[in-house]
Amino acid sequence: MSPMARTAPVPAATDPAIIRNFCIIAHIDHGKSTLADRMLQLTGAVEQRDMKAQYLDRMDIERERGITIKSQAVRLPWELDGTSYALNMIDTPGHVDFTYEVSRSLAACEGAILLVDAAQGIEAQTLANLYLAMENNLTIIPVLNKIDLPAAQPEKYAAELAGLIGGDPEDVLQVSGKTGVGVEALLDKIVRDLPPPTGDPDAPARAMIFDSVYDTYRGVVTYVRVVDGNLRPRERIQMMSTRASHELLEIGVSSPEPKPSKGLGVGEVGYLITGVKDVRQSKVGDTVTTLAKPAAESLGGYEDPKPMVFSGLYPLDGTDYPVLRDALAKFTLNDAALVYEPETSAALGFGFRVGFLGLLHLEITRERLEREYNLDLISTAPNVEYQVTLEDRTVLLVTNPSEYPSGKIAEVREPMVSATILAPSEFVGAIMELCQQRRGVLGGMDYLSEDRVEIRYRLPLAEIVFDFFDLLKSRTRGYGSLDWKADGDQVSDLVKVDILLQGDQVDAFSAITHRDKAYAYGVMMTGKLRELIPRQQFEVPIQAAIGARIIARESIRAIRKDVLAKCYGGDITRKRKLLEKQKEGKKRMKMVGRVEVPQEAFIAALSSDEAKDKARK
Amino acid sequence: MAPSTLPLGLPAPEDGSVPPAAVEGAGTRSFGLYVHIPFCAVRCGYCDFNTYTATELGGGASQDAYAGSVLAELDLGARVLTSSGFPDRELSTVFFGGGTPTLLPASDLATILRASTALWGLAPDAEVTTEANPDSVTPESLRILREAGFTRVSFGMQSAVPHVLAVLDRTHAPERVPQAVAWAREAGLKVSLDLIYGTPGESLEDWRTSLSTALSYEPDHISAYALIIEEGTRLASRIRRGQVAPIDDDDHADKYLLADEMLAQAGFQWYEVSNWARTPLDECRHNLAYWRGDDWWGAGPGAHSHLGGTRWWNVKHPRAYAQALDAGRSPAAGREILSAGDRSVEEVMLRARLSEGLPTDRLTPAGRRAIAGLIADELIQPAAAFAGTVVLSFRGRLLADAVVRRLLPD
Ligand SMILES: Nc1nc2c(ncn2[C@@H]2O[C@H](COP(=O)(O)OP(=O)(O)O)[C@@H](O)[C@H]2O)c(=O)[nH]1
Ligand SMILES: C[S@@+](CC[C@H](N)C(=O)[O-])C[C@H]1O[C@@H](n2cnc3c(N)ncnc32)[C@H](O)[C@@H]1O
Ligand code: SF4
Ligand SMILES: [Mg+2]
Repeated sequence: MSPMARTAPVPAATDPAIIRNFCIIAHIDHGKSTLADRMLQLTGAVEQRDMKAQYLDRMDIERERGITIKSQAVRLPWELDGTSYALNMIDTPGHVDFTYEVSRSLAACEGAILLVDAAQGIEAQTLANLYLAMENNLTIIPVLNKIDLPAAQPEKYAAELAGLIGGDPEDVLQVSGKTGVGVEALLDKIVRDLPPPTGDPDAPARAMIFDSVYDTYRGVVTYVRVVDGNLRPRERIQMMSTRASHELLEIGVSSPEPKPSKGLGVGEVGYLITGVKDVRQSKVGDTVTTLAKPAAESLGGYEDPKPMVFSGLYPLDGTDYPVLRDALAKFTLNDAALVYEPETSAALGFGFRVGFLGLLHLEITRERLEREYNLDLISTAPNVEYQVTLEDRTVLLVTNPSEYPSGKIAEVREPMVSATILAPSEFVGAIMELCQQRRGVLGGMDYLSEDRVEIRYRLPLAEIVFDFFDLLKSRTRGYGSLDWKADGDQVSDLVKVDILLQGDQVDAFSAITHRDKAYAYGVMMTGKLRELIPRQQFEVPIQAAIGARIIARESIRAIRKDVLAKCYGGDITRKRKLLEKQKEGKKRMKMVGRVEVPQEAFIAALSSDEAKDKARK
Repeated sequence: MAPSTLPLGLPAPEDGSVPPAAVEGAGTRSFGLYVHIPFCAVRCGYCDFNTYTATELGGGASQDAYAGSVLAELDLGARVLTSSGFPDRELSTVFFGGGTPTLLPASDLATILRASTALWGLAPDAEVTTEANPDSVTPESLRILREAGFTRVSFGMQSAVPHVLAVLDRTHAPERVPQAVAWAREAGLKVSLDLIYGTPGESLEDWRTSLSTALSYEPDHISAYALIIEEGTRLASRIRRGQVAPIDDDDHADKYLLADEMLAQAGFQWYEVSNWARTPLDECRHNLAYWRGDDWWGAGPGAHSHLGGTRWWNVKHPRAYAQALDAGRSPAAGREILSAGDRSVEEVMLRARLSEGLPTDRLTPAGRRAIAGLIADELIQPAAAFAGTVVLSFRGRLLADAVVRRLLPD
């Protein structure tokens, strides 16, 4: 049993030998935030009376959805065998949409806690992050969490973890973030097993940016890990990718509240404030050096974030367009991965084509825009980026089906991913069937343990961005997990399917699909719209077409009665309330030509029934 | 009639007083009285009106004691109107609804009418109606009502077809209707018949039979209501459980079409979406007052009142109603004081349903801009619109709620 550190090591004057930098790799809900809470408490970083659950998940969007999007670094004092250590816990995002951010957080650490729910076992995304950690030569501490649960199977999963990282099941720590059991032992093990950081204190300063967050009051807060040299307040620093320089207004550590320091030395982790207002000026992965004594070479590993999924965002009420524009401008201050440009849709009016890292990124962004700016938004079907080569050899990049050229196409290339799926082996058949339907090519299959398999597929990105994950979940009774990463592109036989309402093409419903699936898409889409669009005062034909060729048709009959005939005596109040309710309902409609289309039609028409059924359960 | 669920509103004052604004313009509005009688012999499966089948309701409330409570509320009403500064206005209409008013002895209804006349006076040409179930009247009771000053009776006929009446849980024998109509005529009362169409299992032919049967009794007035499946009723749960077929809007539309055709053929004119009269003099003026935004006092549990933009409603249960009045308190449960905006929304919503129509100058500029589109979509009558009034076309009557929404775009 280790006591709380009596004297915490002072930033800027800490010997690298007593520093330990680590992160926690865990799947959503496996208990990372709860474990972090216990560590904050045990090390005294947060006083008992200030403690609140999920302390580090500051943004409420995270709390609601249970997703940690932005990482943070916390300095924790811990004493072992009479020596005081400084532990830096770097919180990493857990979701596959944010793989690049994860890889940068990992690069800031010497070790990682592999935290796995003892009742669930490891999940695909965790496995993916574990591979990243091992590639970065991190020391792994395997930990099973939630051992207080009656359903916990520590022996089974200890064997699984040991099998994965090579080691003895006996060495897998068993903890409970909830009760605190095993957490002190874990802190001790971090000190014992993780190597201290190494670096040259006399070399020109080099620090890696692993996170960059916009704060309304302080501008951009940049989180760094110092590799060589040191950084001091009031110094001018330089971003190595752009050579832009800024004055260091404040430098410090989070413990976990921000605490200014006299600087940061080799191996230390902390934050910088320079007064810049846009996270694009302080990019994750970039190297910080000083203007006075700049480093010759950056630390490497920097990549510009690359949006993978595109969707049109339109205000339901056209007059909200300026609000959406300003909101997006604000959002990009804090989200370097978000890109957008104005776009006009014949059906939806003025809006933006927005690029996201993935579907989760899209959903979170959309939800926050709606809530924080009180907007009602329509997002069009997510799309990938196609590379279309015309017969005259011109190349177009198409992220919006309505920009798909109508003739003279020599070749279309679509982005591919390599996907890893983990699931109990009984679902292998169902998973393979799903991947086959989605034009997947099997890459390989391995048994992780007796009854758990890892299946690898190469698939078109377009086939997984939409409802693939929901379907995977429903076909594996919730046990399947998915990880994917970009994997080049391939030539495909693609066509654009248009949807026409009353003979007019509705660009928001157009889709680019594989030729073999165009008919099915047309039938599915016209059928869905018939269900989702309420009857109007006139008949509404719905058609699906490839070019001028109609491939499917449906029709919505005209409504003939819309009146409440009964007299409710003198209860006029009830009648007026009913009218108000009806009008409220109409407000949630978008006029497409003369047709009132409910907002839900734009969302629901584009998800599969199977996935929707599951969502309803 | 008074529906069983009360709206949510502001608390109503214990002394029943109304805000001064309610008095403004009172001289230009007619004044009526509605008396709710919350009793029925059996509860019909489709009905969600505020009505009770027990004769004893506890706490001093009973069918026997009921008229006494109503008299107490009428006294309160007369005092409130005088003290609030309303001008003296004779009653131009009185309407007894339910429930089944004729379940009470005719003498009780007569007593209530006489008391009202004593308090406010009754205009010489006043219309005084009671609703009645065909099997709850006798030649004798109808004569008593006529002598007391009633001018009109509205029978709940609903249908002439036995299997339709059965789905509706109606207890009267179909042949009782012509009898009751004849007795009412003999007593010197005008007659209206209520019909319901679109009942599960009712064919178009069944509906034709009900219409022609009703017409053969030569009433002065007919109300034809599309069956509404009200939440919480027995019929609603039978439909939910699949024991009875659901209703269908297209079927309703076909039947409305047939009704208007047959009634017009027989010389009846529509004057409100669900109401037809033999001559303009046979229109139900009490109901018209609701649609025109006139003033009325509603007495009885769950009854609604309106005075110049203030609407209120009474407590729902007869026992709570009796107790409030016993204690000298107003039985009002809640009220709302309409803003100018609410009042103009209501005006459009209510007057657009009438054949006399809504003057276009009562609309907002945005509402007026919707008129051309309504003409193009054949929802309102073009000639009337050119002359400055919104009047529903035949198609527009079936889509009246949609027309109202378009006239109220803001
Ligand atoms: N029984 C039990 N529940 C836990 C434990 N740790 C976390 N939880 C619960 O698991 C859920 C997810 O925990 P959280 O810390 O938010 O997971 P995160 O998504 O990885 O940050 C919450 O309901 C926690 O209360 C544990 O050790 N035992
Ligand atoms: C308050 S009821 C009263 C009259 C009387 N108790 C009777 O039922 O004969 C007035 C009329 O409303 C109509 N009505 C009642 N409930 C209805 C419903 N759910 N749908 C349509 N009309 C209804 C019936 O035509 C009924 O005659
Ligand atoms: S008799 Fe009239 S008021 Fe009574 S339950 Fe039947 S429909 Fe309702
Ligand atoms: Mg968390």
